[in-house]
Amino acid sequence: MKKLRLHQCGNFNERYEQELSVFETDFGRLWTCIGVCVLFGIVPFISSLYTLYIFNVIAITAIAAIGLNILIGFTGQISLGHGAFFGVGAYAAAILATRAHFPFLAALPAAGLITAIVGMVFGIPSGRLKGLYLTIATLAGQFIIEYVLVHWESLTHGTMGMILPPAEIFGIQIMGERKFFFLSFILLIIMTTAAVNLMRTRYGRAFVSIRDNDRAAEGMGIPIFRYKILSFGISSFYAGFAGALWAYYMTSITTEPFSLALSVEYIAMVIIGGMGSITGSIFGAIFITGLNELLRWITSILMNIHIGGAVSLTIAPLRELVFGLAIVLFIIFEPRGLAEVWRIIKSSFKLWPFSY
Amino acid sequence: MVFFFQLLVNGISIGFLYGLAAMGFVMIFKSSSVLNFAHGELLAFGAFIFLTLVTWAHLPIIAAFVVALAGSFVFGFVIERLFLRPLIGEPLIYVIMLTVGIAAIFKGAMLLLWGGNLYIYPDFLPLAIGIKWGVVNIAPVYVVSTTVGLVFLVLFGLFFKFSSQGIYMRSVADNQQAALSLGVHVRRVFALSWAIAAMVAAMSGIVLGIINGINVHDLSSIGLKVFPVVILGGLDSIGGAIIGGLIIGLLETFTGGYISPSLRDVVPYMVLVGILLVRPYGLFGLVEIERV
Repeated sequence: MKKLRLHQCGNFNERYEQELSVFETDFGRLWTCIGVCVLFGIVPFISSLYTLYIFNVIAITAIAAIGLNILIGFTGQISLGHGAFFGVGAYAAAILATRAHFPFLAALPAAGLITAIVGMVFGIPSGRLKGLYLTIATLAGQFIIEYVLVHWESLTHGTMGMILPPAEIFGIQIMGERKFFFLSFILLIIMTTAAVNLMRTRYGRAFVSIRDNDRAAEGMGIPIFRYKILSFGISSFYAGFAGALWAYYMTSITTEPFSLALSVEYIAMVIIGGMGSITGSIFGAIFITGLNELLRWITSILMNIHIGGAVSLTIAPLRELVFGLAIVLFIIFEPRGLAEVWRIIKSSFKLWPFSY
Repeated sequence: MVFFFQLLVNGISIGFLYGLAAMGFVMIFKSSSVLNFAHGELLAFGAFIFLTLVTWAHLPIIAAFVVALAGSFVFGFVIERLFLRPLIGEPLIYVIMLTVGIAAIFKGAMLLLWGGNLYIYPDFLPLAIGIKWGVVNIAPVYVVSTTVGLVFLVLFGLFFKFSSQGIYMRSVADNQQAALSLGVHVRRVFALSWAIAAMVAAMSGIVLGIINGINVHDLSSIGLKVFPVVILGGLDSIGGAIIGGLIIGLLETFTGGYISPSLRDVVPYMVLVGILLVRPYGLFGLVEIERV
């Protein structure tokens, strides 16, 4: 029988495969299994519908955040158009479902692929340009996509929005928070596993090498342009996939939410969660979604307390302020994000009582 | 024909303002190679300070203008000291993200303070300075904006050419390490470039506010329109910023006038993508050939 690896108080890897392993110890594997069992076995049956709604939003945004992290955290390219790509995915799914009558299971990846192609088009400038310029190109992409979504009325119904049929898998309608909970978290686990394993392949290593030193990467024989575009495509695929899922979850979509503010929100998730960490993106999605709900709660309380209508407090500016503050504070004080905080907590448990 | 000339005049004056706004942006980029995503918020901040001073504190226009510029100057210093200083030497990606964060903070704060309404300055420009030339009518605002633009362009040209601080700033832009070894106080130059950029931004914010009325959303979106301008003109060229501003301003007004008003706001970005694909260093930018 294989020897179990439990607590280790150091790095005892002897071969490269050990370094690459997903779980450092069997303890981690055990906890992950327990976590998944709790997630599917207990959580959906004890939580209220509102809590389940928050969980679903977290799962969907986490998929998109993982996609952005592949681009920002692993390949080192900044995208300010992720919110728009999310929107492209949502609209692609809506159009495929209503016009072409795609079934749910086909519409989801198809929407992802369409978004990937759109993303790659906006990624083309990265062939000639480095970091800064690409950020600007994706910013332009954000505005152009927003414009197209609003004004291509024959296809997107403009500001009227679109309504989707309910998701259906093998004849079972996925309606309501609880059923959707299973769907969204199964998809999140699939997408997370795919991303984690992608980063262990040659593609993932090529991405990281481009991030760390593009000239050296080129020198090592990595075709940078191709890999940058590929990274763009994968990142947009995740965004589109999440967008499509979101469209099915909401059942009606308008162009409004896919603004620059959403792109900034995703960037905040990646930074707060930790760049270059897949689990970090999930933490980031939890943090931002939680913060969103917390702010909504606070503003509703303040609205009730408030006497006289001189100052009407709305959530949007407050949200923007708090998100900005969160980004700035994390960059200045903990640039590696929540993933690093989590690592510190874990290792302090692991190394106790001899932490030095 | 009248319509054409009217659009031409409007385009040129709007273009000058874009150019001015872009100038502050280029200044920060040149000295510290930071892409400032919070530039539109600096614009809006200046405009709102001016509004508050004029309507609430009832200062005379000139005094309010000077105080607003001075306030923005100090504000720029504070931003650099609080947010940018701790990040000197960190990877660029963090610095860019930081300015995105700063932009969100300021926008939120300004929306909380002043709300999302459209404000209009009290009418203070004398009608006499408007120019009526044949059938073409140039409103006083446009005369003022173009004059202010030209004056500041010349002032900055002189500043960079002859003043010692201007020369320090150019040296830092050219080669940071060499400047440091020759005794230039690089950190002070960074701070100064932020302060000056905030001041220029405030000025263009005020003048834009006179033309269009002031609104947090509109003014901060100007900060993003600066990107097509600077990419067209060349990211590190101050003259290029003005030319780029004029081109983008004209393009916008003509698209708005002849094709469709809704296309107006997107055209600059379409141009931007085109330029990035064809000539990424812009018209007057430094050509850096690096094939990776």
